[in-house]
Amino acid sequence: MSADKLWITWAGMALLALIPILIQVFELPVFYTEMFCRIMILALAAMSLDLILGFGGMVSFGHAVYLGIGSYTVGIFSFYEIDNGFIQFPATLVICGIFALLIGMMSLRTSGVYFIMITLAFAQMVFFLGISLEEFGGDDGMPVYRSEFGGWIDLNDPLSFYYFVFAILLLLLFLCHRIIHSRFGMVLQGCKSNEARMQALGFPTYRYKLAAFVISGMICGIAGALFANWNEFVSPAIMHWTRSGDLLIMVILGGMGTLFGPVLGTVLFLLLEEYLPEWMDALLFPGAGEHWMGVMGPLLILLVLFARGGIHSLLGRLRIRNG
Amino acid sequence: MGLLLIEQAFNGLQFGVMLFLIAAGLTLVFGIMDLVNLSHGSLVMVGAYLATTLIEWTGSFLLGILFALPATFLVGVVVEVLVLRTLYERDHLDQVLATFGLILFFNEVIRIVWGPASLYSGLPEGLSGHVEILPGVPYPTFRLMIILAGLLVAVLIYVIVAKTRLGMLIRAGASNREMAGALGVNIRMLFTLVFGLGASFAGLAGMMLGPLTSVEPGMGEPLLILAFVVIIIGGIGSIRGAFMASILVGLVDTLGRVFLPMLLRSMVADSTADGVGPALASMLIYILMAGILVIRPRGLFPARTG
Amino acid sequence: MNKKILGVLIVFGLMGSPLYAEKVKVGFMTTLSGPAGIIGKQMKHAFQLGLDHIGNAFGGMESSVIYGDDQRKPDVAKQLADKMVKKHQVHFVTGVIWSNLLVAIHGPVTRSNTFLVSANAGPSTVAGKRCSENFFNVSWQNDQTPEAMGKYLQDNGINNVYLMAPNYQAGKDMLAGVQRYYKRKISGKVFTKLGQKDFQAEISTLRASNPGAVFVFQPGGMGINFVKQYNQAGLMGSVPLYTAFTVDAVSLPALKGSAVGVLGTQTWSPDLDNPVNRRFVRDFRKKYGYIPSFYAAQSYDLVRFIDHAIRVAGGISDRDALRDAMRLGGYPSTRGNLRFNNNHFPIQNFYLREAVKDSDGSYTTKIIDTVFTDHGDNYAKDCRMKW
Repeated sequence: MSADKLWITWAGMALLALIPILIQVFELPVFYTEMFCRIMILALAAMSLDLILGFGGMVSFGHAVYLGIGSYTVGIFSFYEIDNGFIQFPATLVICGIFALLIGMMSLRTSGVYFIMITLAFAQMVFFLGISLEEFGGDDGMPVYRSEFGGWIDLNDPLSFYYFVFAILLLLLFLCHRIIHSRFGMVLQGCKSNEARMQALGFPTYRYKLAAFVISGMICGIAGALFANWNEFVSPAIMHWTRSGDLLIMVILGGMGTLFGPVLGTVLFLLLEEYLPEWMDALLFPGAGEHWMGVMGPLLILLVLFARGGIHSLLGRLRIRNG
Repeated sequence: MGLLLIEQAFNGLQFGVMLFLIAAGLTLVFGIMDLVNLSHGSLVMVGAYLATTLIEWTGSFLLGILFALPATFLVGVVVEVLVLRTLYERDHLDQVLATFGLILFFNEVIRIVWGPASLYSGLPEGLSGHVEILPGVPYPTFRLMIILAGLLVAVLIYVIVAKTRLGMLIRAGASNREMAGALGVNIRMLFTLVFGLGASFAGLAGMMLGPLTSVEPGMGEPLLILAFVVIIIGGIGSIRGAFMASILVGLVDTLGRVFLPMLLRSMVADSTADGVGPALASMLIYILMAGILVIRPRGLFPARTG
Repeated sequence: MNKKILGVLIVFGLMGSPLYAEKVKVGFMTTLSGPAGIIGKQMKHAFQLGLDHIGNAFGGMESSVIYGDDQRKPDVAKQLADKMVKKHQVHFVTGVIWSNLLVAIHGPVTRSNTFLVSANAGPSTVAGKRCSENFFNVSWQNDQTPEAMGKYLQDNGINNVYLMAPNYQAGKDMLAGVQRYYKRKISGKVFTKLGQKDFQAEISTLRASNPGAVFVFQPGGMGINFVKQYNQAGLMGSVPLYTAFTVDAVSLPALKGSAVGVLGTQTWSPDLDNPVNRRFVRDFRKKYGYIPSFYAAQSYDLVRFIDHAIRVAGGISDRDALRDAMRLGGYPSTRGNLRFNNNHFPIQNFYLREAVKDSDGSYTTKIIDTVFTDHGDNYAKDCRMKW
């Protein structure tokens, strides 16, 4: 992501920062603040996927599993009435890191379509594991109480929660940016373009890819922890393989390999999910909206065929005047 | 217990044979065209729905299926020509996303035409009874028929692939696509034909599943995932691998689902065992797959050399 | 200056008039997709018939209904409930077929000061300690219907019963209910997966344990598949089926003759003889062309319940008055006069029904006996609400 495209990131984040204020000004229900909050959380997950997908060339079809593990970490702590966020969030990092390490160690020994399938398989395994956890609701899920941060911030206030998530997104976006522009990031991108050459140059590519995989899993886990808080409910459904598919779509839609592209992609995807049915009802006929997936499907195909760069590349073609 | 084991083994065989019908097409398409097709499960659904409607129109179970098979073949051909052709040159990620989009599209079309709720079709009188496969073990006739039909198709596929010229072309294409093309094989038509055949087999699985349970939008997805596990275990591009793996997966899943809770019940509380058992049995298959990939990274009987 | 005062007065005047009157907003959530879609379809039809009968105006006030499809998924149900409460700001969240979904939305909805009224699910977990003043149930408590079946099995000397239900809250409630009244030997107890379509493995195991009878709870599409496969395995003649929520107007059109003679217990049957029910069944069959199930009857009752409460309370702005009106009961119900227990669950009769073929060739259920009269549920005593 070159410097001249950074304006997209700055503009995007500025807009996101303004949204709750705009919602208050226009006296819209708090529902909309919460909606954008959810968008940011999933954008974080999508961004973590882009780290390994766009920069490392690893097509993980099981990334939603880290959303699940993060959610369940918070959920299980909440179940045992340990609501302290200072315990839950670091624990999430550690647990997701361990899972990502184990899954990565086994998956990265394969490549190509085998890699795709094995990441899917591991995601399914954890999904079924979640269903089997009777104690924690199994298939039905269980309610979760929002994390406590010892009086520093009240997550039960929608506005505070929004800016809490915003801050984390900003922080991790910055972190990923630094990673990508470091030597580590260069090697990673080298692996994507030609792994054999990197190996010939003496780089232990497996280790670099595994490290990236683990970092990505940890970030996605944080997104999961935030999601459990947002939803006040956890269930295995968040690890369903179609959720992993959604994450891939969000990354591609926004622009793979750009870090902020996935954020844009998530915004577009979730807004479409919310409003496409309403638009279809209005533009076509009432009841048409029920079948919005029938429009999403072909849209997705067209996207893949013709707009591979996603929104980010479309925006990047705009030239702005300085000042 | 012995009789139960045998009866459950038959159940596992029936499930495995159904998986084979789906996996066969999938592995061929994957092996020859190097195409990851997530929408293969949708073809199962399409076949099931077409059969349900045609059975209703013709009033005959046999006629309905007989007409539904070429209809599904046609659907497969149309999808291949319109959408999949553009994907052959693309990387796997693009294929995954585009065929994911196809799933969404197919599901919605079915929902629009037939409605979102499940449809139930009956079986003709002659098939809704039972047969004693062993003394004291009455087994549903229809399930027996599924096993027989599946085995017949397996033999048919074997004959085509091993004994005919078409089969030779398929094997050549699976083994090394570029070379086969360079040698003058009409790759385009071969691809379309193979895809159409795969679609018919998948549709047949759906047609048999329908009367057993029900048909609904999205019914193919759970089977799709299992089919992918099967072809990974069996080896991409290998029909023999797909067959062995399907039977293996079918047996492991069914026997696991039944006997694992029994095993667990001797250790933990009943309802926990009944909740954990099926989930654990579902995980077994993925554990199996992961294990096999560790020792044989290309599956049990890989067909690819190039 | 005078014009301004006039303008303000006009605006205030208009606000008091029907033009600016408050609108009643009701959210109705059922399952419209997949194997359970047939239940949701019936409930939606009955709900709409109820709306017809009250002139599309709850309590005589302008109303709007938001329909939702929960796809039988707890996470979707929660999202839907959140949207109904926070985006559409409904006064009532209603419907809900499945107990696990109800449990998922019970906390969030009742805490948000919105009334939650269930037209079907009656899990034990919200009937006792966790009863809420914002929750009402117009159907039954899960345990009660199988309790009636258990009593029948016990009283009629049927031995060696094999129990089967799906593994979720309602399934557990059902088997608990049977075992509360059935004290003889149990030949086996199995929980299947919610949404399971193929029961062949379980049927094989069932046969191997040689039971005298089978009690089964498999609602919606699961019931259709189970009974179909039970028949195909040749067990229907040798091992009798006793059911709750399995053989009913939802499954009979698909099962047809194969289920005739099967017994089940229920709070309602199309042939229940009272004026409200007669009108309901007659108008339902005329409008939709098929026989309604108890799911439908309950959804119809839901509409009449809310309508009646709003009329008695004189509006929806005073929630306490509304609650008192709801507690009063006495609304026109297809089950005759119902009153509420302290935990906001109904106290009602339970009947033994048999699946039969009607004189006009359709398959339905007929009441052959009354098992319980004015039966309350087992959990009311744990609920601390008193009124």
